[in-house]
Amino acid sequence: MLGLTYARTPSTTRCARGPPPPMGEDLLALLRTELLMRYLPLTPADRAEMLGVIGATSVDDLFSDVPAAARLAGPIAGLPNHASEMAVERHMAALAGKNLSAGAAPFFLGAGAYRHHIPASVDHLIQRGEFLTAYTPYQPEIAQGTLQVLFEFQTQVARLYGVDVANASMYDGSTACWEAIVMAGRVTRRKKAVLSGGLHPHYVSCVETMARFTGETIDARKPVLEAAPDDDAVIAAIDGETASVVVQYPDILGRIPDLAAISAATQVVGALLVVVMTEPVALGLLEAPGHLGADIVVGEGQSLGVGLQFGGPYLGLFGCREKYVRQMPGRLCGQTVDADGRRGFVLTLSTREQHIRREKATSNICTNSGLCALAFSIHMSLLGGEGLAQLAAVNHGRAQTLAKRLAQVPGVSVLNDAWFNEFTVILPGDAREVVRSLADKGVLGGVSLGRLYPEAGDLHGGLLVTATETTTDEDIEALATALGEVLKGAAA
Amino acid sequence: MNAPNASGWKPELGPSGTASPVTSSGDRGLQLEEPLIFELGTGANFGVDLDAPEAAPLASLGRFLRKDKAALPGLTEPEAVRHYTRLSRQNYAIDLGPFPLGSCTMKHNPRLNEKMARLPGFADVHPLQPVQSVQGALGVINQLAFWLIELTGMHGVAMTPKAGAHGELCGLLCIKAAILAKGEDRPVILVPESAHGTNPATAAFAGFRVENIPATPAGRVDLAALKARLGPDVAGVMITNPNTCGLFEPEMKDISDAVHAAGGYVYCDGANFNAIVGKVRPGDLGVDAMHINLHKTFSTPHGGGGPGSGPVVLSEALSPFGPLPFTARQADGTIRLIEEEDAPVEHPQGFGRMTAFHGQMGMFTRALTYILSHGADGLRQVAEDAVLNANYVLRSLEDVLDAPFAASGPCMHEALFSDDNLPDGFSTLDVAKGLIDEGFHPMTVYFPLVVHGAMLVEPTETESKQGLDRLIGSLRAVAERALAGDESLKSAPHYAPRRRLDETQAARKPVLTWQGHVQQPAPPIPSEIGGS
Amino acid sequence: MSRYFSKDHEWIDVDGDTGTVGITDYAQGQLGDITFVELPAVGQAVKKGESVSVVDSVKAASDVYTPVSGEVTDANPALADAPELVNADAETGGWLFRIKLADAGELGDLMDEAAYKDYVDGL
Repeated sequence: MLGLTYARTPSTTRCARGPPPPMGEDLLALLRTELLMRYLPLTPADRAEMLGVIGATSVDDLFSDVPAAARLAGPIAGLPNHASEMAVERHMAALAGKNLSAGAAPFFLGAGAYRHHIPASVDHLIQRGEFLTAYTPYQPEIAQGTLQVLFEFQTQVARLYGVDVANASMYDGSTACWEAIVMAGRVTRRKKAVLSGGLHPHYVSCVETMARFTGETIDARKPVLEAAPDDDAVIAAIDGETASVVVQYPDILGRIPDLAAISAATQVVGALLVVVMTEPVALGLLEAPGHLGADIVVGEGQSLGVGLQFGGPYLGLFGCREKYVRQMPGRLCGQTVDADGRRGFVLTLSTREQHIRREKATSNICTNSGLCALAFSIHMSLLGGEGLAQLAAVNHGRAQTLAKRLAQVPGVSVLNDAWFNEFTVILPGDAREVVRSLADKGVLGGVSLGRLYPEAGDLHGGLLVTATETTTDEDIEALATALGEVLKGAAA
Repeated sequence: MNAPNASGWKPELGPSGTASPVTSSGDRGLQLEEPLIFELGTGANFGVDLDAPEAAPLASLGRFLRKDKAALPGLTEPEAVRHYTRLSRQNYAIDLGPFPLGSCTMKHNPRLNEKMARLPGFADVHPLQPVQSVQGALGVINQLAFWLIELTGMHGVAMTPKAGAHGELCGLLCIKAAILAKGEDRPVILVPESAHGTNPATAAFAGFRVENIPATPAGRVDLAALKARLGPDVAGVMITNPNTCGLFEPEMKDISDAVHAAGGYVYCDGANFNAIVGKVRPGDLGVDAMHINLHKTFSTPHGGGGPGSGPVVLSEALSPFGPLPFTARQADGTIRLIEEEDAPVEHPQGFGRMTAFHGQMGMFTRALTYILSHGADGLRQVAEDAVLNANYVLRSLEDVLDAPFAASGPCMHEALFSDDNLPDGFSTLDVAKGLIDEGFHPMTVYFPLVVHGAMLVEPTETESKQGLDRLIGSLRAVAERALAGDESLKSAPHYAPRRRLDETQAARKPVLTWQGHVQQPAPPIPSEIGGS
Repeated sequence: MSRYFSKDHEWIDVDGDTGTVGITDYAQGQLGDITFVELPAVGQAVKKGESVSVVDSVKAASDVYTPVSGEVTDANPALADAPELVNADAETGGWLFRIKLADAGELGDLMDEAAYKDYVDGL
């Protein structure tokens, strides 16, 4: 059974503990200086001199605390030894070449990860060594660059989401979603979360994974293939035990829930409205959740600056009302002054965090997503409020054109009556098969609901499609044509 | 004091700091101040040119439309490039010099890693593409998984955790799932006092109760105390090995055997794996789960605080419980992705997802590049040089800084000092800030908590001997200033972009966002954007 | 009115069946600059020895344990804007909360001022 060989290659390639390799240690050490290593500056002479200072006769003396039985006598057998930059590049490029990249095909995937054009300066700037190779800014006097970026980022996220405060980022949208549920539990001292059927199923899975072990009660529902989201069902599920109501905006099928109505219902019972956003670009067009009554807004920030990257690293955004700030997870950057009275920034309110509160911390999070936050912040600075509105308008326009064209394909109908840049079309058969057939034709045609909800047969005709500013008229035509051919072939 | 440094440059420090002339800009030569973007940009500019939208918003969207544009400033490209470049110069970084943060493994980040991660076949691939179109990406995950398993001598690996603490969570959830599967109730996790804060925080986040176990005077886990506490309510232990004092736990196998005999599991915090990679396999020591910080041992960049990546290697006992999704290589060489659709058959005991997609792919690409560059022999050399460098630092400074465990033998990859021998009124903080003036990033301070005024120095293997000698020389100079009672150390740093910052004010009256207003032109309503 | 002290460095002034609780001057000195005080909710029922409040400094968060059981009747409103009151005036103006005692007998486990002074001197 595969489950037992979890992520393992066949056991024949597994090395056994055994005698050292035939090459003698001395010869190997010599070879190292000749061939190895472009990353290791110590020379054999350095090593000998340093051992002298230490008072040891060999490096192995320094490992004397390791029981002899656990010390490997030489490099692990069966694994390749070091390789040149050229050889490694060849190997990795060959692997990269086995992928069909989004830029090389008509591409329409979304469902929590969106392809947007990233301005060239973003990647240039995040590769500045002073950003790329810095650590968490625990020594603020020599980390003002990172800290000021985080302060700017927090302000951008708060303004984007329409909330008072935002933190310095989380791992990604899905983990931020769980953290928001836990935080709402702390604020309300209740244990139940009501999840809308429009919440990304992978986010639901993350929440259910955690809740299974922590004792939170999760009241989740599956989406229904209707034009409108399940606002009424969500509101009906809210009761006096409810800590949080979690609603995705726009939802997994691209529909737009009425946050104001849901907020009104949560306020009656003292529950918190947690709004989840997988596509921040939507906020160039749609009203900010904080302006519609959201108490906590979390989401994925990958759309701006970060790129697709096969799912990670991504960027968790996390904002809330000011009165809850001390219940927030994650790092926070705050403004202060230095000993000369100059403005400066520090990590603050860290008594919430694991390195101080240990088992009483608001979260166990330590590392966040700093470099992705920088990329997001640069991209957002290049857009500004004006550019974001334009970008959103272009996305929305492209998606309308896509919807019109797909609706002309025989057998295809558009489910939504409102959407931003992503919507659901209904196909006559199982969309999983269609997506695979489209890929065989070199078209990356969307995300099938069957892949997201394999157990829900009533959803298997659904296909999520997305258009962004990167989608061309030729792409749309290619998808419509290929989709027509695939459906015709399936019917025949 | 203020002796010329190695480059011969002699700073001038006036009696009250007024000796240097005041500039009208506030900048001083290459020391550049930089306003916030909100003080720079207006709402009118932007640095992205876009086509005009082709249609007005859908009528059905009417009530959802924004009333005002987000109050965010926009910058043109020249303004943005200059803003962020100027800010970057206020940061210390590995690219500028040693970054000897203990337990953080700040080693050089090879640039080949960056180049490979940016290949479009890795960077521009969607996580939900059909598996036939992402065989290379799945191949990276599978190959890295193979290496991690082989390097640790474990049975399986969960690749998706997003960082070390997330990996800890994954490992503890596996332990909890295994206990539930046996129908047992074991609510307690034992954690040594010297543990990193994420250990107890994670155990609590996973719903366990945390109990501390003491350390011996030699800085190791007290095996007798641990054995005495084991029982039917104990789910397991979280041990860091090498531990946070920079010492190997010689009784690790005995600890594991005792925990297993009592029906518990052993979680190993792999933060310090750099000391033993290629030399020791945790699987040989009875470990059931261990996260590996790819951003430490395997050189992916820290990026000013992430992203990290924390795959968790698992024993045979815990592998059936790991999260979705994961990869499996087929006999024909193709790679399957096990997700929800196949899980009921292929991985029936596993729990669901811990994150939406496949984990930190961008970090996998970099880590695999690093591992292939080094190979089995190079990785072993990494551990040896890292340990050699740390011991060299330890023995070069133990005469001026108290080294609490120096007498008990060699350290592993980090050297631990304390403020015990500093005169009254001088603290570890002063040494750290003095080191900033010397042009170095300080070591980890006040951690581990079990040592008073701890200073944990982790040089890593990517420092040359000459570089280490400079670091040692500066640390020695700062320690000697403290020992001589040099008061100027207490107000260090003097030469950094900022002096000591008022953290009390920051925490008492938190200012977490910019409070001003962005200048905005009269906003057109969104429906006008399309010009229709 | 009489004042008692706990080994966890809380003081309580008892007046009839109501006690006023704070941390001692010694405790605030150990904590350093206090940045935030998390207070119990009025009406909350608490048990002796339970952590009911948290006092934060920049680098530490310290639990405050109620020295007696009972119901919280008041929390110091001044601390929300001025947590530094606990530094400046720990044993009067920097009080944390008031509690209606459930069992006056619990006071017998506490120290008087002289005993607390000896206790602190021995630390």
